[in-house]
Amino acid sequence: MASTPAPASAFDYAPAPESRSVVDIAPSYGLFIDGEFTEAAGGKVFKTVSPSTEEVLSEVARAGAEDVDRAVKAARKAFEKWSALPGSERAKYLFRIARIIQERSRELAVLETLDNGKPIRETRDADLPLVAAHFFYYAGWADKLDHAGYGANPRPLGVAGQVIPWNFPLLMLAWKIAPALATGNTVVLKPAETTPLSALFFADVCRQAGLPRGVVNILTGYGDAGSALVGHPDVDKVAFTGSTAVGKAIARQIAGTDKRATLELGGKGANIVFDDAPVDQAVEGIVTGIFFNQGQVCCAGSRLLVQESVHDEVLHALKRRLTTLRLGDPLDKNTDIGAINSAEQLARITALTETGEAEGAERWTAPCELPSTGYWFAPTLFTGVTQAHTVARDEIFGPVLSVLTFRTPDEAVAKANNSQYGLSAGIWTEKGSRILAVANKLRAGVVWANTFNKFDPTSPFGGYKESGYGREGGRHGLEAYLDV
Amino acid sequence: MSDGRLSVFKTYKLYVGGKFPRSESGRVYEVSAKGSAAGAAGKGTWLANAPQASRKDARDAVVAARKAFGGWSGATAYNRGQVLYRVAEMLEGRREQFVREVAEAEGLSKSKAAAVVDAAIDRWVWYAGWTDKIGQVVGGANPVAGPFFNLSTPEPTGVVAVLAPQESSLLGLVSVVAPVIATGNTAVVVTSAGRPLPALSLGEVLATSDLPGGVVNILSGRTAELAAPLASHQDVNGIDLTGVAGDAALAKELEAAAAENLKRVRRPQTVDGAGGAGWSADPGTHRLTAFLETKTVWHPTGALGASGSSY
Repeated sequence: MASTPAPASAFDYAPAPESRSVVDIAPSYGLFIDGEFTEAAGGKVFKTVSPSTEEVLSEVARAGAEDVDRAVKAARKAFEKWSALPGSERAKYLFRIARIIQERSRELAVLETLDNGKPIRETRDADLPLVAAHFFYYAGWADKLDHAGYGANPRPLGVAGQVIPWNFPLLMLAWKIAPALATGNTVVLKPAETTPLSALFFADVCRQAGLPRGVVNILTGYGDAGSALVGHPDVDKVAFTGSTAVGKAIARQIAGTDKRATLELGGKGANIVFDDAPVDQAVEGIVTGIFFNQGQVCCAGSRLLVQESVHDEVLHALKRRLTTLRLGDPLDKNTDIGAINSAEQLARITALTETGEAEGAERWTAPCELPSTGYWFAPTLFTGVTQAHTVARDEIFGPVLSVLTFRTPDEAVAKANNSQYGLSAGIWTEKGSRILAVANKLRAGVVWANTFNKFDPTSPFGGYKESGYGREGGRHGLEAYLDV
Repeated sequence: MSDGRLSVFKTYKLYVGGKFPRSESGRVYEVSAKGSAAGAAGKGTWLANAPQASRKDARDAVVAARKAFGGWSGATAYNRGQVLYRVAEMLEGRREQFVREVAEAEGLSKSKAAAVVDAAIDRWVWYAGWTDKIGQVVGGANPVAGPFFNLSTPEPTGVVAVLAPQESSLLGLVSVVAPVIATGNTAVVVTSAGRPLPALSLGEVLATSDLPGGVVNILSGRTAELAAPLASHQDVNGIDLTGVAGDAALAKELEAAAAENLKRVRRPQTVDGAGGAGWSADPGTHRLTAFLETKTVWHPTGALGASGSSY
């Protein structure tokens, strides 16, 4: 490690790095099938790197169709006993998992930050507490399913094939595995190829919890493994979080089968600021909305709709605030903006912002120095954006905010709803009736009023339109895993 | 005609946007009685020329349904319940006509047809009562771990294409349409291809029952021809494939087309026909929730201390 440089001035923060020694990363990992780590049948492996340093963290097995088949068979075999367990026993396993996650949350937070590139502040304070909370929440449902409103004795579906993205690797794992296990299903989960490590760590959590073998299987690999999993004839339920394009491909792939599916896909959330909004709070909400996790959030508030009369004031305050964001080492506890997850994602963000400029939107980038290695993108705004601009329509999935204006609430609603997506929206106003009226009209699965990017295991999350179907979280999240 | 009077035939028409157009294509097809019905018509007797709706009619119907969506979904649930109840009233008033049409369409005895019509009327009443209750049953406040109040409420998904069952011409049709509109969606309905007449007459009932034009649009014709443009239509939000239950290949094709804009798909289930449980069974709430979205709205509450008031 490089020695800690002295602060440039008395008003700079001294670096406050989290120690990475709290977590052991093995030089290589296998697939977790039927309670054991095994090599991929084809012997293939791939490397996972730290996006902030491009350092190779580990080498993991690359699953193929044969491995998918093995994992599904293991899950099928485990299903019989697991689904027959009294709910109260399944609950205890989930409570154990939740507790172990709490106990090991520092290890997990560091590991997630290393593999994903997001700031330790976020993994430590947002991801990990929510991961544990999801297991606690669904643990409590396991022995209360008769009371969930889906009739007496609702049955699990069977084997769940789950494919999750790289933006919240462990949180998405929790969202998928906790309700699946609580309802008596067994799972085969494929984490994203750029962030496999925390899922493999989770395999060890399952081991410590004494979870019966085969109930949870983890297959690391690429899209081909995900596709083989989704298409496997013995998978009863498909759960996917990721891009809309892949979501559509999955919906086509499972057409005409008995497989159930929930899809959590892309978004282009509108964050609407009315002229009576408290500006400082709104600015904090805008920042949270689009710069949390480097904007790599499906429900990000990536379209800022500002009432024309306060546009200049809000933009001035927002730019000022963005100059104070600290970009850099994700393991530094002072870091606000970490690394972009992969070179591929960085290229996509770069290309879309170039399109924004080419189409005539005005670009402003926060002044910050980018580290020389790793994948970085400084917080960026586009002003003078119209609804026809690519940056107002396509999901960028990066720290890039498009600013549009409106004059009336009706215009705000019309612009907010003018999207193929319908995942999230934000409303900033001091007027309660306006919050309720606008929230009513917005076609989005989650609406945050005078706040943004809040999550809770009790609260259903999911989209309208091409943001996918089904809900995760809350009582609603059980439905996806029950034969109802 | 034994009494010397020549009866007046009825020209059956589509029901689109609150109006009764003939198909824009100008096509019709012959509809004949399905069994030795108690009515005047024996098996195979010509009953009427039904309009054979085209792909353009389907697209027009989607436009009408989209136009009606804002008003219908924005109406109070109480109001929607009143309108659905009014449909039952209107249907009750024309009970005899529907008994005859159902008997001819399905080859039922008069008493059996009467039972079917009564069940269809009662189903409207049942769904009328659901409009202002489903939100309480499937929505509610979530106990968030933080200084927030949030609320999950069900909302209609939008325009829903409904492929009505092929055998149960009225009760089956009502069973798939009423739940879709009870929750605030608007519908484009493709009737049974071989038994379209009770459905087309239902359009007349809907038109006189305070249901805003465009909320339900009824098309008769070849199911596959009409289903294809509806399944691939970018402004349709959901599709109920009940009417293609007998054709797995077509159902698969339609579901794949629906993936293009991630329509909510209700897959066909065996209810219709000899192998099914029939449409008279308790419908449950599944058809109500199939085309609902859940919206969760968050509000800060400010931290008021750990447990609120100390009194």
